[in-house]
Amino acid sequence: MAVLTIRDALNQALREEIIRDENVFIMGEEVAEYDGAYKVTRGLWKEFGDKRVVDTPITELGFAAVGVGAAMAGLRPVIEFMTFNFSILAADQIINHAAKMLYMSGGQFKVPIVFRGPNGSAYQVSSQHSQALEAFYANFPGLKVVMPSTPADAKGLLKSAIRDDNPVVFLEQERMYGIKGEVSEDPEFLIPLGVADVKREGTDCTIVARSMTVPLAMQAAEQMQKEFDVSVEVVDPRTIKPLDIDTIVNSVKKTNRLIVVEESHAFASVGAEISHQVTERAFDYLDAPVKRISTAEAPMPYAKNLEELALPDVPKIIAAIKEVCYL
Amino acid sequence: MPKAATRQKTQTKTTESSTNGAGNAHSKKSESNDGAAVTDSVNPKVSQSEHKERRQSQKSSIKNVEPELLGEMLYQMVLGRIFEQKCAEVYRIGKIGGFCHLYIGQEAVGVGSMMALKAGDFVISAYRDHVQAMVAGMKPEAVMAELYGKEGGVVKGKGGSMHMFSKEKNYFGGHGIVGGQIGVGTGMAYAQKYKETDNVTLCFFGEAAVNQGMFHESLNMAQLWKIPCIYICENNQYGMGTSQKRAMSISSVAQKAEAYGMANEFVDGMDVLAVREATLRAIERARKDNLPTLLEIRCYRFMGHSMSDPGKYRTTEEIKKYQERDPIFLFRQTLTEAKIISDKDYEEIENRAKEATDKAVKFADESPLPNEKELFTDVYA
Repeated sequence: MAVLTIRDALNQALREEIIRDENVFIMGEEVAEYDGAYKVTRGLWKEFGDKRVVDTPITELGFAAVGVGAAMAGLRPVIEFMTFNFSILAADQIINHAAKMLYMSGGQFKVPIVFRGPNGSAYQVSSQHSQALEAFYANFPGLKVVMPSTPADAKGLLKSAIRDDNPVVFLEQERMYGIKGEVSEDPEFLIPLGVADVKREGTDCTIVARSMTVPLAMQAAEQMQKEFDVSVEVVDPRTIKPLDIDTIVNSVKKTNRLIVVEESHAFASVGAEISHQVTERAFDYLDAPVKRISTAEAPMPYAKNLEELALPDVPKIIAAIKEVCYL
Repeated sequence: MPKAATRQKTQTKTTESSTNGAGNAHSKKSESNDGAAVTDSVNPKVSQSEHKERRQSQKSSIKNVEPELLGEMLYQMVLGRIFEQKCAEVYRIGKIGGFCHLYIGQEAVGVGSMMALKAGDFVISAYRDHVQAMVAGMKPEAVMAELYGKEGGVVKGKGGSMHMFSKEKNYFGGHGIVGGQIGVGTGMAYAQKYKETDNVTLCFFGEAAVNQGMFHESLNMAQLWKIPCIYICENNQYGMGTSQKRAMSISSVAQKAEAYGMANEFVDGMDVLAVREATLRAIERARKDNLPTLLEIRCYRFMGHSMSDPGKYRTTEEIKKYQERDPIFLFRQTLTEAKIISDKDYEEIENRAKEATDKAVKFADESPLPNEKELFTDVYA
């Protein structure tokens, strides 16, 4: 075990998979000579050279397509979007091509590709650079969607995503690259896609959180324990698609209360989906309506106070816990 | 636009390196038709003299091709024609659903280029893909069954007209988003280079796809990174009902390659041997030096964009003019004059194609509908 940041855990995963499989390469803007816009690919180009670590022009649709074609022809590309906001330019390739290729070729052409990069807000980068796109991508059959929240999850899930034979949308979070945690150094350390992790056990209320909202939920849980003796369980699905709904439902059956905290907007969100599935499968267990905390229904503003107001935070989560626990 | 100013070294090189008669003739045509001089109407006098010239060049260039291959090329073109005519017929009685884009008139493009490939080369295309699928080696039965949405189809009835795929035959699909496959084809060729093969990719698209960003993003990367992709623009002069001149600020597609420093050629798509030779030149460039090429192959679809197209945007005269230069008629005439085939041989070819088509229809009719379980298979690997 070593203590690593999420950034370095991702770097380690990429490095190990590049070494393990000659068909793995990483491609994107500034990933090579510049060492990555957020330094996730630091040192890889120096170590592995032009073939395995490829700088692209600013041409998201184009290099996403090159990745899809290369994957159909037997390679395992990792495509980095400098932020997932730019993936919208490449959405035709991710949704119309990668997601459907296996199906419309009658099972003949697999597309083993990872699209990865930071998703959601950063610090005051305003409307076009702050979007959380997991609900958008999770809507399409054929794609897997992954959102790690710890260094160990980041490493184990990215390695599994690279080895997966399906297109995987791997969503990181810029605010979280510096978070530290223990990470296995075993090159075969893998976390399977589609398995949730109970980040904190509790008995009174379930919070389903992902990516950036996991540390917020953990903080709120600690505070509720200390101040009100309320025991909060925090479930991190880690993979949005396929979603480990069983773990969530089992938790709700135990706590009888559910809050979903997410960085995306509320309308037609992953939280809405979880809320629906829990209502369908555990309606009789619920002692309070399912509560959601999402980003405000407005484009992200630049001003610091407005940005903070728009995003989920610890006080908002605490207020929600009190509400569902009737405190 | 003065042509001297717009032509760069790559084109000159391409023209100079053309070694055989047909190639030179068409490169010359490219020069004279450059820029605004290319129009969408055909002057019958010019057309007739060009027709003669092409036939002369075809005659000299057939010496380079094995007679058996010539016969097979003619068969594939005739099969494509008869198969597509049958598709139109059965579409009208409701056997085929959805969109159905026919290749009638464009046979020389797919046959001339794809039959110049070797084992391990890749092909990807847009949605006008039935005939290309058969040229790639897919059985007419399986292609027809796919059109019928049957279990025996090339992709088990999941793709239909626009999505013929065969991994075994290295046909990476018909694709339905205009221009989307141009980048995918670039990636396929990227993988061929990555794996250090000497194989190449043929990437087909229509001239309307050239206005999509993907065309430009792809050509830039292919030339920048030296990717062995051969971009074949099947310029049938209409994007659905919109003529090229109503959609493109310049008339030459080939010329657009100049912006990326890419070799390019203008090719007469009614002349299957000219297509073959231009493709061979591009293939050589790709195999030897990993260099891409843009081929603008000018052709004409004799039918509507799809089966639901009333075709009000073109005149009967225009269609007739092009039909006078029917690629099958032209090729047959050349082969007959060169005494490679007789009238009897041609009859036999036609009969074989009719039989294959009838067999395909019978197979498609009898093939069962896909099992309902298939709805959820192949969503994930």
